[in-house]
Amino acid sequence: MKPKTKRLITLSSSLFLFGVGCIILFYNLRGNLVFFYSPTELLEKSDVNSQKVRLGGMVKKESIFKEMVLQDNFKIQKITFVITDFENEIQVNYKGILPDLFKEGQGVVVEGNYEDNLFNAINVLAKHDENYMPPELKDLNLEASN
Amino acid sequence: MFTKFANPNYFLKISDKIYYPCFLSSIVLFFISLYFSFFASPPDYLQGETVRIMYVHVPCAWLSLSTYSIMAICSFFSIVFKHTLADIIARACAPVGACFTLATLITGSIWGKPTWGTWWVWDARLTSELVLFFIYLGHIFISNAYDDRRKGDRNAAILTLVGIVNLPIIKWSVDWWNTLHQPASISKFSSPSIDDSMLIPLFLMFFSFLLFFTSLLILRIKSEIVVRKIEIIELNNN
Repeated sequence: MKPKTKRLITLSSSLFLFGVGCIILFYNLRGNLVFFYSPTELLEKSDVNSQKVRLGGMVKKESIFKEMVLQDNFKIQKITFVITDFENEIQVNYKGILPDLFKEGQGVVVEGNYEDNLFNAINVLAKHDENYMPPELKDLNLEASN
Repeated sequence: MFTKFANPNYFLKISDKIYYPCFLSSIVLFFISLYFSFFASPPDYLQGETVRIMYVHVPCAWLSLSTYSIMAICSFFSIVFKHTLADIIARACAPVGACFTLATLITGSIWGKPTWGTWWVWDARLTSELVLFFIYLGHIFISNAYDDRRKGDRNAAILTLVGIVNLPIIKWSVDWWNTLHQPASISKFSSPSIDDSMLIPLFLMFFSFLLFFTSLLILRIKSEIVVRKIEIIELNNN
């Protein structure tokens, strides 16, 4: 056998084995690699009490309520809203500043604790989708859908 | 035909011809796409003006992945067929790819703050792109770590081939796992979910970056070939 062929076979087979190993590894890790849980997934979990978790989904329409509260002599905005995956929903409490893209009907990821059917968020991150278009077009689409 | 292209001298001859057209058109195209991305494209309906970061971020991200693919193919040929030119191209690619990856991470971070509300999160897409950056750095360090250049080339090639497992992870991380990063807007199987008025500056910018990358690569390969030639002359004189 020529050394070239030998190298080709050695390299291809070791890369193949390595690839299979990686596929097995990542296939088994898939449950641990999620960045956030959906409301349905979080409700199924029983061991999340007082543990820091991330919850993601859509902000339910007409579920946002804002009020100003006094905390340590500072006026802080207190926000409550509902995160839904259109099957289950979870009520979220948050005190602080919201990202600009936080809107009803938009994606959101919150970080915090889930206790007694209430999610106390420490951090709110906005999630946007893969659609990009000029504002005029969005208005047209809305009119068309109405 | 294949061996003809793999000959460094033949490569020098054709690369001299395409270097200047490549470089000049990349500069011209860059200013055209800058005009398009700042003035001739609309703001996004949701993100407003921040969407313009996309015109730098996305081309950099695409090139960070394609540069790695080129490196991986070259590493394969370098190990199996021992082509000098393959080593040279892989060595020339690594720092350029590392820069594109760094630019992707930095622009992504700048984009993430106003849209998501955070500079950085450890989700699958962002983390795997960071790992890509470390692999590039590893390639640069390993290929320069030995007195014997060939040893460095060989070990760096093995690293590159092992690291190729990261490419599909980066590409499909947004589909396989829940991530904060949004899924791909442009894919082969469906029409792009970016409006045409934003797609034009994006592709213009990508081609300008691609031409710039090509001319930079030619320049780096040429200098690497010259360095190796000088080394051979010095060896023969001693």
